[in-house]
Amino acid sequence: MNDVKSVKSDFGMDSGVKSLGDVWFDFKENLKAGELGSLPAILSILTLVAIFGAVNPDSFLSRLNLANFLEQSSSVIVIAMAVTFVLLLGEIDLGAGFVAGVGAAVLATRLADGWSLPTAILISTLAALALGLFTGFMVAKVGIPSFVVTLANFLSFQGILLLLVRDGGSVRINNDPIKDLVGGTLSVSQSWLFAAIVVLGYAYVLLRQHRTSEIKLAVPVIALRLLMVAAFTLAATAVLSTDRSLPRATAEIKGVPLVVPVVLVILVLMTILLSRTKYGLYLYAVGDNAEAARRAGVNVVWIRLSAFMATALLAAVGGAFLASRVNSVDANTGANDTLLLAVGAAVIGGTSLFGGKGRMSNAVLGGLVLALIPNGLSLVGERTVFGTEIDFGSSGIKFIFAGLALLAAASVDALSRRQST
Amino acid sequence: MEPILKLTDVSKSFGPVKVLTDVSMEVFPGTVTSLIGDNGAGKSTLVKCIAGIHRIDSGEVEFEGSKVDISSPKDASDLGIEVVYQDLALCENLDVVQNLFLGREKTVHGLLDDLTMERSARETLKTLSVRTIKSVRQKVHSLSGGQRQTVAIAKAVLWNSKVVILDEPTAALGVAQTEQVLGLVRRLAEEGLAVILISHNMNDVLAVSDHVCAMYLGTIAASVRASDSDRESLVQLITSGAANLEKDDSL
Ligand SMILES: Nc1ncnc2c1ncn2[C@@H]1O[C@H](COP(=O)(O)OP(=O)(O)OP(=O)(O)O)[C@@H](O)[C@H]1O
Ligand SMILES: [Mg+2]
Repeated sequence: MNDVKSVKSDFGMDSGVKSLGDVWFDFKENLKAGELGSLPAILSILTLVAIFGAVNPDSFLSRLNLANFLEQSSSVIVIAMAVTFVLLLGEIDLGAGFVAGVGAAVLATRLADGWSLPTAILISTLAALALGLFTGFMVAKVGIPSFVVTLANFLSFQGILLLLVRDGGSVRINNDPIKDLVGGTLSVSQSWLFAAIVVLGYAYVLLRQHRTSEIKLAVPVIALRLLMVAAFTLAATAVLSTDRSLPRATAEIKGVPLVVPVVLVILVLMTILLSRTKYGLYLYAVGDNAEAARRAGVNVVWIRLSAFMATALLAAVGGAFLASRVNSVDANTGANDTLLLAVGAAVIGGTSLFGGKGRMSNAVLGGLVLALIPNGLSLVGERTVFGTEIDFGSSGIKFIFAGLALLAAASVDALSRRQST
Repeated sequence: MEPILKLTDVSKSFGPVKVLTDVSMEVFPGTVTSLIGDNGAGKSTLVKCIAGIHRIDSGEVEFEGSKVDISSPKDASDLGIEVVYQDLALCENLDVVQNLFLGREKTVHGLLDDLTMERSARETLKTLSVRTIKSVRQKVHSLSGGQRQTVAIAKAVLWNSKVVILDEPTAALGVAQTEQVLGLVRRLAEEGLAVILISHNMNDVLAVSDHVCAMYLGTIAASVRASDSDRESLVQLITSGAANLEKDDSL
């Protein structure tokens, strides 16, 4: 066939330069197609900050609260990233909260027994992986729906946690690195170094994209993106690098909270895993059409099984965050609303409960939204609305608002799914 | 010419139900062989035997002149036999490139080599003269039925396959898209592949095939040259298993 070469192909959109206008056009097309991505989460963050900032500018917009808020959100974000693995398959892990609790309890009890930090971390990791292996085996090999398996786990893993902390007891953590994970800060110079790494790293990603893609972004688009990220990073670093301690405090608090670089590193690693490796691709493939993936030679059972292990492993990391925040582990670590908030965060960020759609960054955005709600409401405090006294800081109000946010996100998920099929 | 695939007296039963009885058939490179027959005649079962999904009870399968035992889909694809099933095996949340390479991705240092795969996907689609896809980075859920079928077929031929089996590839398509897919089927044969096409549409069958095998109640009722037959005789073969036609002596 000599004429093959001469056939003009129509991959018109596969090369050339995308201007600012083209990018805007693509964005609008995606919205029309119901692909909202993380837009609802970003809009929610902006709206919430605007509302809480207007209602209570002094405390909500304070530097102390900014740092506090980042630390509050960190554990939900990490556990939300954990459940993203199984959500991508259209599965659920209701026991992930207690895997976090068990992981934290193993870590804390080993440290309390005088084990070194690396061995304690290793054992805690292995414990989490074992729980994940068990769950994955029941779902992928035995074939029990994940909802049922992990509902059972919700009880039995809670039992393991109770045994580890000896019922009503609590295990204190005296290990400095673990204590500092949530609560520690980078020094001011480290903070600026970190900011520089973020900006340069982002510039590298943009450059790499430019080099390895046949659709080139126009220079103004690249410049604008880099400029926005740089401005945001530098401004946040500047704010966090000034003293934020309360007026009569004895010690200064300044520098970027340690959770920020730690969460960012986890985010980058997990994003590479999902979007740049075969394993990540197979998660998406199995989540959308397991039969197609199987016919293409993907080991579907292994993908399912390992996703539950990945969820458990990362949940245990989240458990360390939970423990570090209060410097102890007890029967409530990973209990209560932990799991619901994590799943909620992923979904609010734009990850689908139906599988096949989602990103790690969604967990971060959704986690920020869900941390903003209680944080802001606490600071709103008691107000009179239409003649009735309402305590916005009460748990009841916080739960109701968080629930409504999750419902709204799930509706967006369901609606965009309907639109695209 | 030597047949690339040759079945001799292949039989297959599911329990007491005899679905295939002494089926013999030859398939040649560079030709399109259509498999026709009424619902339940055994076409899909025959294809599944060739593809390694069902094991045959008796009979022989020869591939490129030597006897082979195809006992799994992997055996089939190792030989170069690919099947495009009626229900498309595509992931709609992935783009065209990701679907084409699913299960056989190219990597560098453990990371996906997107650029290389993208280029080679475009190359393959170009050789098949697939021209209606705007971008190989388009998600499959945004493609039309015909475009999806095209991607599914391209996926089957991307791997130096020698025999491609298409189970009713045009069943759900409109006129223009059917035209497109049939054009693609023809080009596969021109590229030297042996194509087996299952179809219920006699116009399609007559338009693209070189040979037609008509199945009737689990047997091959007749093998005829497409140029020697017409709509009526094919319909007669399907419904009664016999027709006044010159048998294809080349088979
Ligand atoms: N796994 C199975 N177990 C038992 N019987 C089967 C099985 N698969 C197919 N059959 C039977 O074998 C016969 C042939 O089925 P087959 O699917 O091969 O027909 P077909 O020619 O492809 O029909 P159609 O045109 O409707 O697709 C049918 O009677 C069917 O009920
Ligand atoms: Mg059939």
